[in-house]
Amino acid sequence: MIREKDWRNVAFDIFNHLFVFVLGLLALAPLVNLLAISLSSSAASMGGYVTFLPVDFTLENYTAIIKSDSVYRAFMVSVQRTVLGTILSMFITVITAYPLSKTAREFKGRNVFIWIIVFTMLFEGGLIPYFMVIRSLGLLNSIWALILPGVSTWSIILLMNFFKEVPRELEEAALLDGASHWQILWKIFIPLSTPALATLALFIAVFHWNSWFDGMIFMTDHANYPLQTYLRTVVIDMNSSTLQMDATTVDSLSQRSLRAAMIFISTVPIMVIYPFLQRYFVTGIKLGSVKG
Amino acid sequence: MSVSALFTPKFKAYFQRTWILYMMIIPTLVLLAIFAYYPMYGTVIAFQKFNPGLGFFRSPWVGLANFERIFNSPTFPRVIGNTLIIAISQMVVGQVSAVLLALSLNEIRFIWFKRFMQNLLYMPHFLSWVVLGGILMEILSPFGLVGKAQTAMGLDPIIFLGSNDWFRPTLVLTNLWKEVGWGTIIYLAALTGIDPELYEAAAIDGANRFQRMWHISIPSILTTIILIASLNLGNVLQANFEQVFMLYNPTVYQTGDIIDTYVYRMGLIQAEFGISAAAGLFKSIIGFLLIIVSYKLADKYAGYKIF
Repeated sequence: MIREKDWRNVAFDIFNHLFVFVLGLLALAPLVNLLAISLSSSAASMGGYVTFLPVDFTLENYTAIIKSDSVYRAFMVSVQRTVLGTILSMFITVITAYPLSKTAREFKGRNVFIWIIVFTMLFEGGLIPYFMVIRSLGLLNSIWALILPGVSTWSIILLMNFFKEVPRELEEAALLDGASHWQILWKIFIPLSTPALATLALFIAVFHWNSWFDGMIFMTDHANYPLQTYLRTVVIDMNSSTLQMDATTVDSLSQRSLRAAMIFISTVPIMVIYPFLQRYFVTGIKLGSVKG
Repeated sequence: MSVSALFTPKFKAYFQRTWILYMMIIPTLVLLAIFAYYPMYGTVIAFQKFNPGLGFFRSPWVGLANFERIFNSPTFPRVIGNTLIIAISQMVVGQVSAVLLALSLNEIRFIWFKRFMQNLLYMPHFLSWVVLGGILMEILSPFGLVGKAQTAMGLDPIIFLGSNDWFRPTLVLTNLWKEVGWGTIIYLAALTGIDPELYEAAAIDGANRFQRMWHISIPSILTTIILIASLNLGNVLQANFEQVFMLYNPTVYQTGDIIDTYVYRMGLIQAEFGISAAAGLFKSIIGFLLIIVSYKLADKYAGYKIF
């Protein structure tokens, strides 16, 4: 970078750094406010005394939520759907992207298959037909309703483009040695694509963890709600009775503080993997820009 | 050509080599057949008086009656208008802000400060609208952070989520909070590729910082700007369902009800399946045409191909 001592440049730099700093503070302020509320006593948060620091610091909101059976159940549904959904989605993505990364000469029908997949990204049946299909398959209240439809078409396309960059000589040599395509996929392509696969897996896992609308419409029994869907009822209904705690606990805790604690607990897994996610932002961008 | 001609030695050799590739593609085709193509067939509901007991195949047909009903009601045209206004303002404000923020981040000299701010600004992108909606309802309430700030300044607290004047601006602004940081990534990727010598040469020629941005930074991200703008066109009927659904309520239906929320309420709350499916199919068809046009534009002006 050029270092100029011109006062206009200095003024520009000061203003620019300040501008970004203020934006950062604005983005953070709501989160800090909620965190402070979640760590404050009921009286303080109901009275509206909490801004950015906890007042009458307490962890009782968090302990109350951790003890709640229904929160635990929803948390486990989310864990189950995220783990199963990510594994299944990644497996399907890998085995679909591999044949599609071949040319139409090597894999006849490739272009037809790719159009079958891409068309689903362009046109959709819409909510009601989709709901009726899930219902007629008997998948209401089944965790598979949240997992099976998750064929991630965009990750298939991204990985296909990534696979195309793998040097052809490696594959040709392996084929001459008598290796099957199945072996080539697992022994050559997968080890060469770990950054791309990690990126896709992390983004798919975040997607599964954060999804709530499918849980809301397909789980008619609230006991099957994933955590984000469950959180929605707590937030929207502004009614902590969904937490099913004994009446005295609910009375002694501010609903406002409880809600805030609930919001933070539901984001813990995201916060935990965020540092790993950061590392893959750049891979993600490159992945998106690789064109065949 | 007879069928037996297919079983030439050449074909046999091809099949022996590639049958596994066909096996690999089958699971996706099956899942898409069930969860994407079967619902596409299910759009016949839009032309039926649908009865879930009778299903897609035996429900009575009503021709275009459902479409006549939605277009003759005052609600649906208003819902289309809301969708377009909300989606377009989110896209325009979102893209302009992301470009400006990227330019600004690109000028920051302290790398650690830039990294830190980027990570801070990207974070809301990874939180769900349930979480952000919960936070917003708290801080935007008259007793919340924003309400208290207004009171402190001697203003009457505005009910942002309960006012038809404020609901759309609130959607635009809160969406900015979630996505503007993330939106800068693609521009920053292009900006970091610029040869620093270009800036140095311009500085020697006496160009100030704004002139350098205008003549070097902006031209180098222009293709990306055009690309994103073209791709956005395909989404003008997608007014961010999850956000609106979390934040809206009956008092702001007039300005905040969008096609997707209308489809949801009509179909799954009021059980007007035909009406809801008709509105959904209308959106799918127009959306399909828009996406085709947007890809054509993206290909023509930015050389973009999805595969």
